[in-house]
Amino acid sequence: METQQIKETIEMISEENLDIRTITMGISLLDCVTGSLQTTADHIYAKIMRKAAKLVPVAEAISDEYGIPIVNKRISVTPVSLLAGADSTLDFRPVAKAMDRAAKDLGVDLIGGYSALVQNGSTDAEVALMKSLPEVLATTERVCASVNIGSTRSGLNMDAVKLMGIVVKQVAARKSQNAMKLVIFCNAVEDNPFMAGAFWGVSEGDVAINTGVSGPGVVQRALAAEPHASFERVCETIKQTAFKVSRMGQFVGKVAAERLKVPFNIVDLSLAPTPAKGDSVAQILETMGLSHVGTPGTTAALALLNDAVKKGGIMAAERVGGLSGAFIPVSEDANMITAAANGQISLEKLEAMTAVCSVGLDMVAVPGDTPDATISGMIADEAAIGMINNKTTAVRVIPVPGKHVGDQVEFGGLFGTAPIMAVNEGDASQFINRGGRIPAPIHSFKN
Amino acid sequence: MQVIVTVIGTDKVGIIAQVTTALADLNVNILDVSQTIMRGAFTMMLLAKIPDDANFKSVKQHLTALGDKIGVEIKVSRQEIFDAMHRL
Repeated sequence: METQQIKETIEMISEENLDIRTITMGISLLDCVTGSLQTTADHIYAKIMRKAAKLVPVAEAISDEYGIPIVNKRISVTPVSLLAGADSTLDFRPVAKAMDRAAKDLGVDLIGGYSALVQNGSTDAEVALMKSLPEVLATTERVCASVNIGSTRSGLNMDAVKLMGIVVKQVAARKSQNAMKLVIFCNAVEDNPFMAGAFWGVSEGDVAINTGVSGPGVVQRALAAEPHASFERVCETIKQTAFKVSRMGQFVGKVAAERLKVPFNIVDLSLAPTPAKGDSVAQILETMGLSHVGTPGTTAALALLNDAVKKGGIMAAERVGGLSGAFIPVSEDANMITAAANGQISLEKLEAMTAVCSVGLDMVAVPGDTPDATISGMIADEAAIGMINNKTTAVRVIPVPGKHVGDQVEFGGLFGTAPIMAVNEGDASQFINRGGRIPAPIHSFKN
Repeated sequence: MQVIVTVIGTDKVGIIAQVTTALADLNVNILDVSQTIMRGAFTMMLLAKIPDDANFKSVKQHLTALGDKIGVEIKVSRQEIFDAMHRL
């Protein structure tokens, strides 16, 4: 019996907030398509209920038996815009309702996949889905949506970028929290277990289990023990910690998949913060020796962290996928909230940070009167970073109606608090209104 | 099923006696024991085998309740998770 190792594991869980952030079951809905979206919705409800019937009880039993918290139980499905079949009404609301109802009946936290992949161009169904987002996100509780507007191989669909700037504003106008359920991606991945951006890609199998691990507190504590260690040592410490955390994700995912009698797909090696004390990614960067997140040196510290997490985690899991990296959502990270409220971190710095970490401008609250074209400009900038650097980037901004820079908005629970951040007041409308596509970059032509 | 039982709390007379008696009553066989005082706290770890026909949940509930009664924290986890995390 290795008492030191047992003690370490127990401390990681009880004192450093180590947890399995999510077990996400991916379910293909392609076999639910009929000639009518109403009937398709009925098939979708039935299939989700059938395949995920035991997801929550199994996750709870594993959590109880092994003593590791499993924070979220989720489902991701085939992008809904692909499910119209021959139904020319293109009214996806019944599908959204069916997804929401299944999620509630099963007790899963969120269901992702109300999505469209339009990097090359938009079909009528995809445009209809994008335009339905304000209503769908206002009338469902647990449905999460995403739109992929660009990729390294395809370039950027700037018509969709323009439309999504308008849609984001409309979504938030109904209720600002609804915008937390919508992510706009470049280079979206098909097996991401994290919300709001999870969907189950068409190249995936019928059903499988994916896990997302998290443990910023574990990494932070390990680094805090050696405040003057060299960078090599810092990297080693992060790698060793990430290895252990990822092994936990691999183990739990494997057990869950066996009990649910479905294949185990991937572990997403991520550091995902929550607003809880000691569960902050920004605090890791500060522990490396930065007075606050946002100060010069932040991007380098984040690059080091993100890379070391992957290096440590990759050998721990059979298959790694998803987003795999450090998340930097502003409202969900206590130290990030403080830095934003004190004006120590700007949108521009966050944008730079997204070039070296997992995703993008995430959970950022901006003034409610930010113009549509400015939101589109933010989406285009993030997407350009993803396209040129062969990585996933995303935008989840929340234009909060009636709020201005200096105000604060409370989202509640895991979603935290968001200080309204300043947005550059220039005008991008002529650029955004050009229409068409930005072609794929030269380095995408690899054949 | 092999489990790790950890008992942490303020040291007092009879903790080991009461925990091991409870395990015996539940027909749980102790395979390995380690006990020490860590930073002033009584810390005991046991590797134990729950019989195949026993119910993990009820064993865990029983021990958690005992912990509440005698004022220590008793945790029970299946042993594989510790191996998964630390062994190659």
